[in-house]
Amino acid sequence: MASTSSSVASLPLPAAGAEARAEASALDASTRAPVLVFFLSGLAWLLAATVLALITSFKLHTPGFLDGAAWLTYGRVQPAALNALVYGWSTNAALAVAFWLMARLSRAPLRCGGALLVAACFWNLGVTLGVIGILAGDSTAAPWLEMPPYATPLLFVAYALIAVWALDTFRSRRPGPVYVSQWYLLAALFCFPWLYSIAQIMVVFDPARGVVQALVNWWYVNNLMTLWFMPLGLAAAYYFIPKVLGKPIHSYYLSTLGFWSLLIFGSWAGPHYLIGGPLPAWLISAGVAASMLLLIPVVVTAINLHLTLLGSFRALRSSPTLRFVVFGGMNFTLACLLGTLVSVRSVSEVTHFTHFAEARVLQGLYGFFAMVMFGAAYYVLPRLLLKEWPSAVLIRLHFWAAALGATLYWVALSVGGWIQGQEMNQAATPFLEVVQHTLPWLFAGSIAWILLAIGHLALAVNVVWMLFAPRPAGATEPTLFPPPAGAPGMVHR
Amino acid sequence: MNRGPFLFLGILATLAFSWVGLIVAGEIQLGHLAPYYDPNEGSVNPYKPAGQAAQGRLVYADLGCAACHTQQVRRPGFGADTERGWGARQSVARDYVYEPRVLLGALRTGPDLRNIGARQTSADWHLLHLYDPQLTSPGTIMPSFRFLFHYRKTEAGQTSPRALKLPADYARQHGLDRPGYELVPTPRAEALVAYLLSLQDTYVYPEARPYTPPKAAAEAK
Repeated sequence: MASTSSSVASLPLPAAGAEARAEASALDASTRAPVLVFFLSGLAWLLAATVLALITSFKLHTPGFLDGAAWLTYGRVQPAALNALVYGWSTNAALAVAFWLMARLSRAPLRCGGALLVAACFWNLGVTLGVIGILAGDSTAAPWLEMPPYATPLLFVAYALIAVWALDTFRSRRPGPVYVSQWYLLAALFCFPWLYSIAQIMVVFDPARGVVQALVNWWYVNNLMTLWFMPLGLAAAYYFIPKVLGKPIHSYYLSTLGFWSLLIFGSWAGPHYLIGGPLPAWLISAGVAASMLLLIPVVVTAINLHLTLLGSFRALRSSPTLRFVVFGGMNFTLACLLGTLVSVRSVSEVTHFTHFAEARVLQGLYGFFAMVMFGAAYYVLPRLLLKEWPSAVLIRLHFWAAALGATLYWVALSVGGWIQGQEMNQAATPFLEVVQHTLPWLFAGSIAWILLAIGHLALAVNVVWMLFAPRPAGATEPTLFPPPAGAPGMVHR
Repeated sequence: MNRGPFLFLGILATLAFSWVGLIVAGEIQLGHLAPYYDPNEGSVNPYKPAGQAAQGRLVYADLGCAACHTQQVRRPGFGADTERGWGARQSVARDYVYEPRVLLGALRTGPDLRNIGARQTSADWHLLHLYDPQLTSPGTIMPSFRFLFHYRKTEAGQTSPRALKLPADYARQHGLDRPGYELVPTPRAEALVAYLLSLQDTYVYPEARPYTPPKAAAEAK
C-alpha cells in the first residue's frame, strides 16, 4: 500500500480503496499475457542455464566429466550457460517485470499485448539459436557476445517491438510525478539497444582493429551490468520495498543523486576489466576512476533503501517478496563494493584472471539481480493469475537454497580465487600446484550450484502448480511465511 | 525529473558521453595502429598469420579456449607473468592489429598462451597435450580434446608420419595399441597446433622493449 503523503517520493497509486484496487487489477490484466510469457520463458531458460552451469562447474574440478564430444567441452558449455543466464533468464525476467512496473507506475494499460507476444517469440528464438550455435561451435569467442551473428538480428527485431511498447506505455501515463523506478526503467530500456548495437557492430559484424575490440567488449559487459541489469533491478527494489512496507522511499533527493551518478560513473567504469592489459594507461585509469566514483551511487542507494526498511525489519519474516528483494539489495551493495575493490590496481594484480572475478560477476547477476526478480515474481504472479502461491514451504525452500547457494558460491570462489591469485604471482610456485590448490574451492562451487538448482526446482514446481491449480471463488489470503501475528499494514506478500 | 524529455535527454547525454570518451577516443588512438617497420632489420611486425595458423585461430575460438586461457602478458612487476616465462615483455596494443578476433581472455584457469609457440616448440608435445593433457601435465584440470583425433586403420600398412607417439604403457592401458591401427590428428587438431605454435611475440617495438628494473640496470653497469 502506498503512503497517503503527496511527496514525490511515494508511489503514485493512491491508498487502498475499492476503486484503486479495481484500477490496479485492470492494469495488471492488460499486462497478463506478455508478462506471463516473458516470465515463463525466463524460468525455462533459468532451468536450462542451471543444467549447463552444473555441467560447467563439475568439469572444472573433474575434467573427465562428459569430455567425449566437442559440443560438451568446457569452452562451449561455459559460454552457453552464461548466455542462457544473461539473455535467457535475466533479460526475459527483467522485461516481464519492466512491463508490469511500467503499466502500474504510469497508470496506463499496456496496449496491443499481441505485438509483445511476437517479440517474446523472436527473442526466445534468437536466444535458442544463439545457445545452440555456441554449443555447435559457431561462437564468436567475444565475452558475453558469444552468440553467433545469425542469431542476434532476431534479438534486435524483438527488442524494437519491446522498446516501442514500453515507451508507448510511458508516454500515455497519467499526469503526475514520475516515480524513481520509472527513471530507472526508462534509462535501461533506452540504453540497452545502443549498447547492444554498438557492441555487435564493433565486435562482431565489422570488428574494430586490434584491442579496440576488447575495449568495446568490456565496455559493453560493464554497461550491461550498470545500465541494464542494475537499473532494472533497482527499479524493482525501489518499487517493491516501499510497496510491501506501505511507506514512502526515505529520500527523493538521494534517489536522484543515486540515479544520475549510477548512470554517469557506471557507464565509464568498463576499462577497469582490462587493468594490466595492452591498452593505454589513460583509458584504464579513466575506468578505475569511474569505478571508484561508483561508490557514490552504491552508498547513496544502499542508505536510501536501508533507511526505508529501517523499523520494518519484522516484515522480512513474513513477506517472501521483501525477503528476496532485500537480500538482492544487500548483494547489490556488496557486489558493487567488490567491483570498486578489484579496480584498485594493487588488488587487481591479485584478483584479475582468477575465480575471484568470476565470483563477483555471479554475485551481481545472481545474488543481486536474480534474487530481486524472484522477489518481484512472488508479488506479480498471484496478481496476474488471481491465485495464491500454493506452497509457502516451497517458497521458503527456494529462498534458503538460493541465498545459501549464492553466498557459498561467492565466498568459496572469492577465497579460492584470492589464494589462486596470490600463488600465481609467486613465480616459484609451479602453475600446476596453483591449479591443484583451487580444487577444493571449485568443488564448493559445485555444491553451491546444486543448492541453486534445488531452489530453481522449488520455484518451477510452485509456478507450475499455481498455473494448474483451480482459481478460488472468493477472496484469498496471501501466502506468507509465518501467518503474520497481527502485523499492522501487512497485507502484501 | 517529472518530464519525460528531460529524463530522455539526460540519459542520452550520459550514454553519448561515455561512448565518445571511451570508445570513440579509443578508436581514434588505436583504431588505425599500423605494424612497425624496423629499418635496421628491414622487417615489419607483427606479420599477418596465414594458412593453417589462421584456421587454427577459428578452432581456438569455437572450442572456447579463451574461457580458461588469456593471451595478454602483464608488465614485469605487475603480477609474475614474465617471471613465469609467459613472455619476455608485456603485450602492447600493436601486437594485436592483425587479429580478426582479439582473444585477450579474462581467466587464467590455465596459463597465458600469448607466447606458447615460443615456450613449447614441439608440435608432438601439443598434440599429446590436446589428446590427453594428463600425459604432459599430470594433475591439470584441462579437459581432453580427443574428439579432435581419429583412431583408424593404417593406410596400406604404412604408419602415417602424423600419428601420435603415445607412451607404450599409456597406449596399452587405453587400448590404443592394436597392431595396424594408429591415432592421427584431424585437420582441425593440426590447424589448432599450427595456431598455438604461431603464438609468439618475440619481436620488439620501441614501445615494448623488454623491461629491466632500474635496480638491475644499475647493477649491469
